[in-house]
Amino acid sequence: MSDTAENKGRRDFIVVATNTMMGVGAAAVAYPLINQMNPAADTLALASIEVDVSGIAEGQAITVKWRGKPVFIRHRTKDEIASANDTTIADLRDPQTDADRVQKPELLVIQGICTHLGCVPLGQKIGEVKGDFNGWFCPCHGSHYDTSGRIRKGPAPTNLEVPPYAFISDNVIKIG
Amino acid sequence: MQTQNFKNPVVRWIDHRLPVFSFMHHELHEYPTPKNLNYLWNLGSLAGLALVTMIVTGIILAMHYTPHVDHAFESVERIMRDVNHGWLIRYIHMNGASFFFIVVFIHIFRGLYYGSYKAPRELLWILGVLILLLMMATAFMGYVLPWGQMSFWGATVITNLFSAIPFVGESIVVWLWGGFSVDNPTLSRFFALHYLMPFVITAVVILHIIALHRFGSNNPLGIDVNGKQDTIPFHPYYTSKDLFGAVVFLTIFASAVFFYPNFLGHPDNYIPANPLQTPAHIVPEWYFLPFYAILRAIPDKLGGVLFMFGAIAVLFILPWLDRSPVRSGRFRPIFKVFFWLLLADCVLLGWLGAKPAEGIYVVLSRLATAWYFFHFLIVLPVLSLVEKTRPLPQSISTSVLGGGALAGAASATKEKPDA
Repeated sequence: MSDTAENKGRRDFIVVATNTMMGVGAAAVAYPLINQMNPAADTLALASIEVDVSGIAEGQAITVKWRGKPVFIRHRTKDEIASANDTTIADLRDPQTDADRVQKPELLVIQGICTHLGCVPLGQKIGEVKGDFNGWFCPCHGSHYDTSGRIRKGPAPTNLEVPPYAFISDNVIKIG
Repeated sequence: MQTQNFKNPVVRWIDHRLPVFSFMHHELHEYPTPKNLNYLWNLGSLAGLALVTMIVTGIILAMHYTPHVDHAFESVERIMRDVNHGWLIRYIHMNGASFFFIVVFIHIFRGLYYGSYKAPRELLWILGVLILLLMMATAFMGYVLPWGQMSFWGATVITNLFSAIPFVGESIVVWLWGGFSVDNPTLSRFFALHYLMPFVITAVVILHIIALHRFGSNNPLGIDVNGKQDTIPFHPYYTSKDLFGAVVFLTIFASAVFFYPNFLGHPDNYIPANPLQTPAHIVPEWYFLPFYAILRAIPDKLGGVLFMFGAIAVLFILPWLDRSPVRSGRFRPIFKVFFWLLLADCVLLGWLGAKPAEGIYVVLSRLATAWYFFHFLIVLPVLSLVEKTRPLPQSISTSVLGGGALAGAASATKEKPDA
């Protein structure tokens, strides 16, 4: 093959094209090797539970397990609802009204996972520390949540998450 | 590399075709080593010894361990109670991790004091920091395997660090877990990776040693080797010195294994993992405490994570932060003071990491974190410009032989270890 400019251009094209296809091929091989670590089909299938909430007395809270993590269901007292509503929204780190976080004001359903680094906050059981805002307190790194599960003080960036749930009857909710 | 003339004909036959014996002779026997190394230079070979100990005991433990959430805790208890000498092998592995870190931390501070990270050993240093990072990942995943309360919540907190990454953080955490919480898929992948990592570490260690042998060891004076008069062959001088160090190390290590096997551990890890209940006071293993204190000192999630990783990242660029041409802290009067302050600061951070995140501890953590970064980012660059260093000795041999310029055969008898 002669060394004309035209041939050099062709050769460059072949080199670039080969390298590109090798890159595409490597990515195609890498994808399944990486994606296998994502949740498997059976893990995804365990994604919803039903809970009867009629037995929770006012002021009481229960913890249920959903997707391997605790969900807090609290039947809030009038005082707790009032204090959750009586908050200046602009002062919050993650501004959200209490009404946005509940479907029925007396029943608060939140994920019991601190949004900082995933510990389970205290405050569900009688006698546990509830923090400065009478909601929950995470013992790991000192985050305080209010009676609506909103972050008020400490390192957590966001409010305790509200999981997707729906009332399938007056007494039963379906989480997930 | 020159091939040797070995006496044994079989060795000679093999060496002619595969020069492994020449290689070993060159790197472990005649390898010229500065004659003034003190006992702090033992820590490298001790780290190698610790690595081999961990791999051997680890492979044995894997023969009896079951990486499943329903069986992991019990299989570890079975190793402790039923498997022949299982208690011994597990206690060696468990304490071996701590002793590996003790050795490596001393090794690192040795490098910091004597300026072993300076040209031409920058890559040697960087590979070392990389080994430290790999060790931390390995130790973290190993700690998860017994599936006790600390295992579970340690895994939860550490994997959640990645959720601080903007936009993709949550997806990365789910990907790491293989689910929506730390669960069986997490445990089995951590086991697979915990088995793999030591071999990756071994590979980096080999690169570390290749880089070391390129220019040879630094030494307490921090000056370059000028010729044969400054060195002694590695064997038998440093092989025997390393062996002596190994005996001392193993004595201390064995006392921990036999008399205080749980001293460095946490009792909560003998409670099986419970995903619904975080222990009231979770702490990582002691060797992570300084980093944990930095994480908690920053009142912002992403900020805390960035500073914690930054504490390691700053070590990678250390050779370009400290520009002073003088390596050894011995000839740097101001640097020396700051070195001890840094060491005290790291110990303080370690102590704070074990304390609850409240009150005075938070304030102290912030001050200590600030000092840590102040030392590396401000003190070292400024010192390299303004510090007046002491005069360096002419050569290693003149210094070792009492500073006399006419050091001859007679004064050689006065040679003493420079410690």
